[in-house]
Amino acid sequence: MTEPILQLVDCTRVHGQGETVVRALDGVSVQILPGELVAVMGPSGSGKSTLLNLAGALDLPTSGHVVIENQSTSTLRPDELAALRRRRVGVVFQDLNLIPSLTAAENIGLPLELDGRRVSEARRAAVGALHELGLDELADRYPDQMSGGQQQRVAIARALVGERRLVLADEPTGALDSVTGDGVLAVLRARCDAGAAGLLVTHEARHAGWADRVIYLRDGKVVDEAVAR
Amino acid sequence: MSVPLSLLALLSQGPAYGARIKAEFEARTGHAFPLNVGQVYTTLARLERDGLVVPDGGPDDEGRIPYRLTDVGAQQVSTWWESPVDRSEPARDELVMKLALAVATPRVDAQAVIQRQRAAAMSHLQGLTRAKLALTAPGQPPQPASIPTPTTLSDQVVLEHRLYAVEAELRWLDHVEELLHRAGPAPAASAGPAPAATPPSGPPSAAPASPNFARPAPSDTRH
Repeated sequence: MTEPILQLVDCTRVHGQGETVVRALDGVSVQILPGELVAVMGPSGSGKSTLLNLAGALDLPTSGHVVIENQSTSTLRPDELAALRRRRVGVVFQDLNLIPSLTAAENIGLPLELDGRRVSEARRAAVGALHELGLDELADRYPDQMSGGQQQRVAIARALVGERRLVLADEPTGALDSVTGDGVLAVLRARCDAGAAGLLVTHEARHAGWADRVIYLRDGKVVDEAVAR
Repeated sequence: MSVPLSLLALLSQGPAYGARIKAEFEARTGHAFPLNVGQVYTTLARLERDGLVVPDGGPDDEGRIPYRLTDVGAQQVSTWWESPVDRSEPARDELVMKLALAVATPRVDAQAVIQRQRAAAMSHLQGLTRAKLALTAPGQPPQPASIPTPTTLSDQVVLEHRLYAVEAELRWLDHVEELLHRAGPAPAASAGPAPAATPPSGPPSAAPASPNFARPAPSDTRH
């Protein structure tokens, strides 16, 4: 049986205490298999960001477990958590994705270099990642020499470089026009079809349409789920 | 009116016989509106009766008669391109009727009706998105910058219309749900407690549900 890349098991995240307590996430269970793209929808304050932070090991659940490729985040020391994030998890935000002073290839190779790989090895992996996405010509361009859509596609390449198989995307199409945004989502979809696991937070039903499953959150709970036919 | 005008529009590019017009029409409208040849010839006969087309010479070796536009027909096509399509008369829509009845019918859980419809619509949206991906990059890595051929572009226009229609439906369902949420329990559910005038118990940052998504818990009586 295929092992999930990401599992959230009965996760609750509580902020504050006493009268100011907020249950940002309340008993949520989600698992994502290799090849799956799961979208999360919900209004502001529904727990989407909290779920993303737990899934990316940026935060720990108050109760329950988050398991990323068989490693429970609650059992790791801070340095081990940092290594897990570096090696296993890629994140694509709405903006501020790429470092302006680095080329696309350097940006993509950076996580590998931070993890102790040689520069030449990181470069090879980065160029390979760009090639897979048909973005070869961007390798030596700086972010300000790329369009917004190209930058986001490079960001997805970076999110899944090396051994990373989990990509978390928070409204990755941002202010891009609809056609360019589709191109970014098509790349995310392609990476998942190639075996990655994706978690996409979005307000747009249209974007959620790219996912295999759509989870609806409200007040920290999963209240609905839609599966592709 | 759309099929006769569409046939006239095709004939504005040159004379053609019925089967050819049918094939062109289907190819240029994303194969979303299939016609049968009989329907095409019936339409051509009406257009001829109305003076909009005339036979362009005699039948060919296979007995097919090409048609061409008359000046009046050409004028009709120009007028069509230059006028907006009238969308002011709403189509009869089963879902609209069903939901309008659901919110006003005792013992019908309108919330559940919305939820089931939303799940179905989202699944449909996912299927259409897959179809779009296959259309723009069949078997290839995504190349969003690629320039579609005119026929592919027509296919995309039709498919995107369906996608946007489903998206609009999802937004509308979310909005109706929010309306229900604000209206409080339906009369049929009045066995439960009356709406309480207590402040929200959720996170302080929780804004009113977005138009994209609003799904109250059954017991939630906020707003």
